[in-house]
Amino acid sequence: MPDITRRRALTATAALAATAAFTTLAAPAASAAGHDRPMPMPEHPENFDEVYKDRRIQGRPMSGGGHHHEHGGGFEVLIDGVQLHLMRNADGSWISIVSHYDPVTTPRAAARAAVDELQGAALLPFPAN
Amino acid sequence: MTVRKNQAALTADEKKRFVDAVLELKRSGRYDEFVSTHNEFIMSDTDTGERTGHRSPSFLPWHRRFLLDFEQALQSVDSSVALPYWDWSADRTLRAGLWAPDFLGGTGRSTDGRVMDGPFAASAGNWPISIRVDGRTFLRRSLGTAVRALPTPAEVESVLSMATYDMAPYNSASDGFRNNLEGWRGVNLHNRVHVWVGGHMATGASPNDPVFWLHHAYVDKLWAEWQRRHPDAGYVPTGGTPDVVDLDETMKPWNDVRPADLLDHTKFYTFDS
Repeated sequence: MPDITRRRALTATAALAATAAFTTLAAPAASAAGHDRPMPMPEHPENFDEVYKDRRIQGRPMSGGGHHHEHGGGFEVLIDGVQLHLMRNADGSWISIVSHYDPVTTPRAAARAAVDELQGAALLPFPAN
Repeated sequence: MTVRKNQAALTADEKKRFVDAVLELKRSGRYDEFVSTHNEFIMSDTDTGERTGHRSPSFLPWHRRFLLDFEQALQSVDSSVALPYWDWSADRTLRAGLWAPDFLGGTGRSTDGRVMDGPFAASAGNWPISIRVDGRTFLRRSLGTAVRALPTPAEVESVLSMATYDMAPYNSASDGFRNNLEGWRGVNLHNRVHVWVGGHMATGASPNDPVFWLHHAYVDKLWAEWQRRHPDAGYVPTGGTPDVVDLDETMKPWNDVRPADLLDHTKFYTFDS
């Protein structure tokens, strides 16, 4: 990413840091029509650490400090050690920066979807994370 | 006055002028500023926090203004160019002229999703992917693989019939027209089209694919159609809503334009039908 973008992204991140408190969201009457998937609503996602299609994927509570913005509800996902920008939707579903319009049920599913999408390409470290 | 036309009705000359203007914005570096802006908002718009470009009532006016900026940039290159729209409920196959080599080029090859024909194929040398989240620098698509079908006219109709613009909590969990059009609930219109195209269109950096503009020009047209159907229903909320852009609040990143200023598209452009 060009430096200009990193700076802009960091500015946006700083502006949002105040709104990034961890929130346990109430389970809604989930509606995911068009996705053909059930939408269970675990209160806390399960940690994972596995090899999927030759990539190491990890999910864990976000380590504190720094300029993390916690759109993943305080949870982070890494692919081969590089953080994947993750976001939790109000209905408890998850999306990532490489699959942003297609919610899945868990952070692990988002990590696997990202590995599928990457087709072996390296994820770039994203400063806004 | 700018007239936005259905992409299926463009002449060969109109297609060429549009493509050439897009390529010139890319060459000059202006195109990638649009990709950056979109990606920044995608990452920062959250259901439980501040939200402006997506998953919120201002999804529609934000993208209307974003497309106006892009269209004005195109017109600074060639004043005859207007944004075409893609009615994906009608032109719903890989055989649509949209995907022909004289316009946007076709789907990606199966091995790596790389688009192999058209003016935006990496091999043509004019379309490097600079704003990206992974190491790949070539335009990718995978038309119709992640989801089978584009929305149907009946599905579009079911969303246009919704009488309320948006509803609390004004995010991806909302009922009402905006969120059903955006696609976080219901039959899923806008989001599904991003997924159907695949490749860059499925990511936060979706404007890397020029079809982004034609997709959003049609989403924008559906907003105009909804307004015609429901003349007494307006943009909501109209005041005092935390984290959400109310009718008379200014929107980032412009900070000088409100949803109220963008409700009437005829101040800026009209449609061919």
